[in-house]
Amino acid sequence: MHEEVIISGFGGQGALFAGQLLTYAGLAEGRHVSWIPSYGPEMRGGTAHCTVIISDEPIGSPIIYRPTSCIVLNPPSFEKYEPLVKPGGYLIVNSSLVRQKSARTDITVVEVPANDLAYEIGNVRVANLVLLGALLGINPFVKLESVIQALEEHVPEQRPAYH
Amino acid sequence: MSAKMLMKGNEAIAESAIRAGCQAYFGYPITPQTEVLEYMSRRMPQLGRVFLQAESELAAVNMLYGAACAGVRAMTSTSSPGFSLMQEGISYIACSMVPAVVVNVMRGGPGLGNIQPAQADYSQMTKGGGHGDYKVLTLAPSTIQELVDHVGLAFDLADKYRQIVFVIADGMLGQMMEPVELPEMRELRSPPAWALTGAKGRPKNIITSLYLNAPELEKINQQLQAVFRRIEADEVRYETYLLDDADIAIVAYGTAARIARTAIRRAREAGIRVGLFRPITVYPFPYEALGEVAGRVQEMLVVEMSAGQMLEDVRIATCCQVPIRFFGKMGGIVPLPEDILAEIEAITQGKPALVAREGA
Amino acid sequence: MAEAEKLERVVFSRPKALSDTTTHYCPGCIHGIVHRLIAEAIDELGIQERTIGIAPVGCSVLAYHYFDVDFAEAAHGRAPAMATGLKRVQPDKIVFTYQGDGDLAAIGTNEIIHAVNRGENITTFFINNAIYGMTGGQMAPTTLPGQVTTSTPFGRDVRAAGYPLRVCEMVATLSGAAYVVRRTAINPREIRRLKKAILTAFKVQMAGLGYSLVEVVSNCPTNWGMTPIESLEWIEKNMLPYYPLGDFKVAEGVENL
Ligand SMILES: Cc1ncc(C[n+]2csc(CCOP(=O)(O)OP(=O)(O)O)c2C)c(N)n1
Repeated sequence: MHEEVIISGFGGQGALFAGQLLTYAGLAEGRHVSWIPSYGPEMRGGTAHCTVIISDEPIGSPIIYRPTSCIVLNPPSFEKYEPLVKPGGYLIVNSSLVRQKSARTDITVVEVPANDLAYEIGNVRVANLVLLGALLGINPFVKLESVIQALEEHVPEQRPAYH
Repeated sequence: MSAKMLMKGNEAIAESAIRAGCQAYFGYPITPQTEVLEYMSRRMPQLGRVFLQAESELAAVNMLYGAACAGVRAMTSTSSPGFSLMQEGISYIACSMVPAVVVNVMRGGPGLGNIQPAQADYSQMTKGGGHGDYKVLTLAPSTIQELVDHVGLAFDLADKYRQIVFVIADGMLGQMMEPVELPEMRELRSPPAWALTGAKGRPKNIITSLYLNAPELEKINQQLQAVFRRIEADEVRYETYLLDDADIAIVAYGTAARIARTAIRRAREAGIRVGLFRPITVYPFPYEALGEVAGRVQEMLVVEMSAGQMLEDVRIATCCQVPIRFFGKMGGIVPLPEDILAEIEAITQGKPALVAREGA
Repeated sequence: MAEAEKLERVVFSRPKALSDTTTHYCPGCIHGIVHRLIAEAIDELGIQERTIGIAPVGCSVLAYHYFDVDFAEAAHGRAPAMATGLKRVQPDKIVFTYQGDGDLAAIGTNEIIHAVNRGENITTFFINNAIYGMTGGQMAPTTLPGQVTTSTPFGRDVRAAGYPLRVCEMVATLSGAAYVVRRTAINPREIRRLKKAILTAFKVQMAGLGYSLVEVVSNCPTNWGMTPIESLEWIEKNMLPYYPLGDFKVAEGVENL
């Protein structure tokens, strides 16, 4: 197997963390994995994305141009990545925020009102995880249990308030 | 050995240094290296070791110099603009022959440049960088595991040669996460006899880089050069990948090499016989080994995230035995495997280089 | 006691912490006096075996030949940073820097300010001779208004070259400073006062109270173009009014040392 994933959203939507969970899950399943974020000032409030590769082969380039799976959490991310998903790939769209529709017929598009669902669950901050679940539901390249395990082990550190 | 864990490159640098017995860390914040400093600020005090955020890289490298004079394992890390500021101290440390480790997580330049990954400090790191005749053993990791291994190795080599040792990384390696196996925590080593620990029961020690008498300074230079010759003879490291039957050899180090690997795999799937020659030490550069490769392949492709700095070493190594093509990205742009694949295909189709640069 | 020893009682000798060698300093230069006082203080405090000195770039660049303690030679202005590294990894040692005014107050201003501000537990002896001695008499940050140097041939014009920097006054404002005083060495009385300050500065460090800095208003007969005697008179007449002697910071606990 070889899966190349991009997760993209506003800073603070948890795109980077969702990617880390995937990476931990891949590692737990004995695969080669890599995770690389966009970094720098753009992370503060701008868009943040990360690239995750999970593979049976040692990973060369950790950055890729065209993902096989992609989660977009906000409209700018949709605009940027919707055209780039590889034919046969998966695009998971946070339809709570993204109004645009994909016209592509060569990929599988799944729209999930993730913010609304997260709100219903009682924590609007887990929209990223709702979308991750949706991706793995349709393209189970790692097991959901592995992600849940990773979540239990790596709850993100809260930054101290003085930052 | 512990189990594999996922670590960010910068944190792996810090933890690896700690496990190698680094007793003092001095640094100054600069993206994309800052996590080394932040990690050290938490871990070093926990272990009763020294962490200090300096007022500048100039101060940081001189604090490093001081701690190194005290005979402890010490390190600083920075990124390109900060590395420029450190040249003064590095030259002094090299002449004084005290071991120390500096990690440069390179970013786009020149000037303030940007914070994206680049390999544009190659010449500065491998050819001296500061004033005077000196060179610095420079390790070029291309995975986070190798980053961990190289930081530990850097401390050992620094001790072995009583010289400063560099690790040349970039923003990509600093920021990405990969699984690593960390080494065991090592014992702190005790200060060597030459260290400035107080002249108790022995004559005083002096550490200096000042030799006003020219013949004396020449002698010091000859000693330094002898060390560099030993390093050149004994510490050359490189790796090859699918090179045995290759018609085309890609030469790349660090991040560029791992991206080239992906391109090579794809080219092989298309039946193109291409392989990789990856210098692991960029000083000493594997001139001889690469020279031999030049005799076996039809063409070489040098890939760098710079305007072609290592390219000059490749030219020296190959002595015009083989046509050399260059593909470089600058200013913080990381080449994609597709870009390199296109270059490989262009070679097989006899097309001119996509990025113009006069050939060998 | 043997008869000969009764007759020849040793009343003056070289301090142990001073090496048995001749210095390269010019006749009449105050560096030699300050070296001796520091060495005497090291002897009296019994700290020779755990003292580490750091020489600057300037006329005292070879100080490591003159003191019989471990010594490092720093890059121009960086002695306080280097001292920080040495001291932090071995806090039980006594670490001092010896710096001129170009070294400390021009190229190394950043390093001294921040080392003091961190309250590094180290000691600095700051030799202010209002000129760059080693490079042949150019303007220093401490050069007086109107003073002629090889790079202010018409006298220092403060409108173009700025004002002389008063280091003690500046450094004393920093919380990390424990002991900041200005002394000189123009006559025996001042030399005795200087000696006492040097002793106190080391004691401050030994007690772990923070940064100690002793400025010595000094001379440069060679580059000032004067005889040694004239240079001492020049200090009194021209430098002391601008650089008044005194204690600029004496932190709590220092008085009792
Ligand atoms: C980076 C650097 N710049 C310049 C010099 C040249 N230099 C040597 S000593 C000196 C001036 C020292 O003056 P000061 O600190 O006042 O000490 P003094 O010689 O008067 O005792 C200068 C500019 C140097 N060695 N290094």
